[in-house]
Amino acid sequence: MHPALSVILFTVTSGAGYGLFVLLVIFHLAGIGPAMSHGELIAHGVAALGLITFGLLLSTGHLANKKNAWRSFMRFKTSWLSREAVFAVLFYPFALVYGLCVLLFGPEIGPLGMVAGLVAAILAVITLFSTGMIYGCLKTIRQWNTALTPANYIMLGVATGAVAYAAIASAFGNATAMHAGVAIVMLLIAAVLKGIYYFWISRVTGPTINTATTFNRATVRLLDTGHTAGTFLTDEFGYDPGKNTTDILKMAVFLLGFIVPALVFAAVLTGAPAAIGWLALVSTLIGVGMERWLFFAEAKHVVRLYHGAQHT
Amino acid sequence: MRLGLVIDMDTCVGCHACAVACKQWNTSGTTGPLTDYQPYGEDPSGVWFNRIRHYEVGDYPNNKTVNIPMSCMHCEHADCVNVCPTGASYKRPEDGIVLVDQDKCMGCNYCAWACPYGARELDREDGVMKKCTLCVDRIYDEALPPEERQPACVITCPAHARFFGDFDDEESEVSRLVRERGGVKQMPELGYKPVNTYLPPRVTRPIPTDDVRANTLISSVKDWVNKMVAR
Repeated sequence: MHPALSVILFTVTSGAGYGLFVLLVIFHLAGIGPAMSHGELIAHGVAALGLITFGLLLSTGHLANKKNAWRSFMRFKTSWLSREAVFAVLFYPFALVYGLCVLLFGPEIGPLGMVAGLVAAILAVITLFSTGMIYGCLKTIRQWNTALTPANYIMLGVATGAVAYAAIASAFGNATAMHAGVAIVMLLIAAVLKGIYYFWISRVTGPTINTATTFNRATVRLLDTGHTAGTFLTDEFGYDPGKNTTDILKMAVFLLGFIVPALVFAAVLTGAPAAIGWLALVSTLIGVGMERWLFFAEAKHVVRLYHGAQHT
Repeated sequence: MRLGLVIDMDTCVGCHACAVACKQWNTSGTTGPLTDYQPYGEDPSGVWFNRIRHYEVGDYPNNKTVNIPMSCMHCEHADCVNVCPTGASYKRPEDGIVLVDQDKCMGCNYCAWACPYGARELDREDGVMKKCTLCVDRIYDEALPPEERQPACVITCPAHARFFGDFDDEESEVSRLVRERGGVKQMPELGYKPVNTYLPPRVTRPIPTDDVRANTLISSVKDWVNKMVAR
């Protein structure tokens, strides 16, 4: 699949934002970790909403006919893309009520703020799930058509959120072993799930050129695609960076996305200054950005079978 | 009604006349134009509702060229319609034709991702998705004589390899052909239940090849020269 930059930036930034928001609400309302100052609470909230909003604005970048973007709320009953749009928008009033309560009342936000925050956090997870299901529900792309797809989207969002959380806390001199520990655990879970995903998609299954052309008892080879230049189909589905590139990038995903930030937080746990959490955040975002690029680049649509691929 | 096409892979000669007739009719039809990008340039490209691909099936000497024209299959389980977030894509309950409302489409490409048969193509100029309409603006046109109320691709096919009809009617020509010739569907394992059905090539007597002239020294040199000399 052709990796669209707007979709990569959208899913990475809004994913980090939703993850950050969910952790903020859990830590704040359950009183986990050190008490947060008014300023730190606001900083976490503004960063989360900023990342989410930045991402959602970018998400319209790949639309060819932006004036009809408002119609994407219309098919909630059948379309995961529609559901994602609805949940992403539904998230805002609850998140803003929570944010307003934090602004007005500080850390002791009262019952209205607590309920609004909880609902917003649940909607954030549902939105991440919907984003994953946009890809996960497509039977045409075996690399996406797995339960691991939405699981990856949720865990990568939460892991980048946890790293961002620790980095922001360090700016307020409030980063503790809890922040570093949570970030390491979330990175570990995300890395394991991504590892299972890469193992899963490395085994070939699904339609072949034989079932695509109906000739199941003979070898089938493409003679001619019938066109001399590229088409919409070859532009959209023909992208293939080659196994060498994807293998190197996969190592980079694990190194920059998970190992480097986990080591940074391990260093924090053993006495390094907490401010190096920002280094971990930069590394994670680059790593997850490459992960998202690979997610598209490695996806092999079944239309490729008609253009000569023996399997997907 | 369940309208669709039967395509005979035995008689199709791969001439692309169906695709050209489709382009000609539909570029000024309800979902036209079918935009061309740099039609006289280096790499001419554009929107087509119908594309023909050519395959070699089997191994020499038991091999065969098969031409496979493909357009929208008007699937019974059309995921392209389910995934559409705007409601622009829809399947008509009365005859099963899958269409795109050009006024509602936002050009997100999601339906093209959901289609296993490559039937949907984005028009980069108009910014909306376009696809085969089964010539909906032709098959119901009572101003046309009855024999012309068929998709443009079917009327034009010089090999008579394309048939149009109602698959719900057991006595229709398409139903009879599927029954008698053992019609097959592409990628049935995905569960889209495509309506368009393909007729497999007939089993024919192999053409003997043992009387083909053997290579002599002169013919080998000629073959080599022909390969080396640039045309």
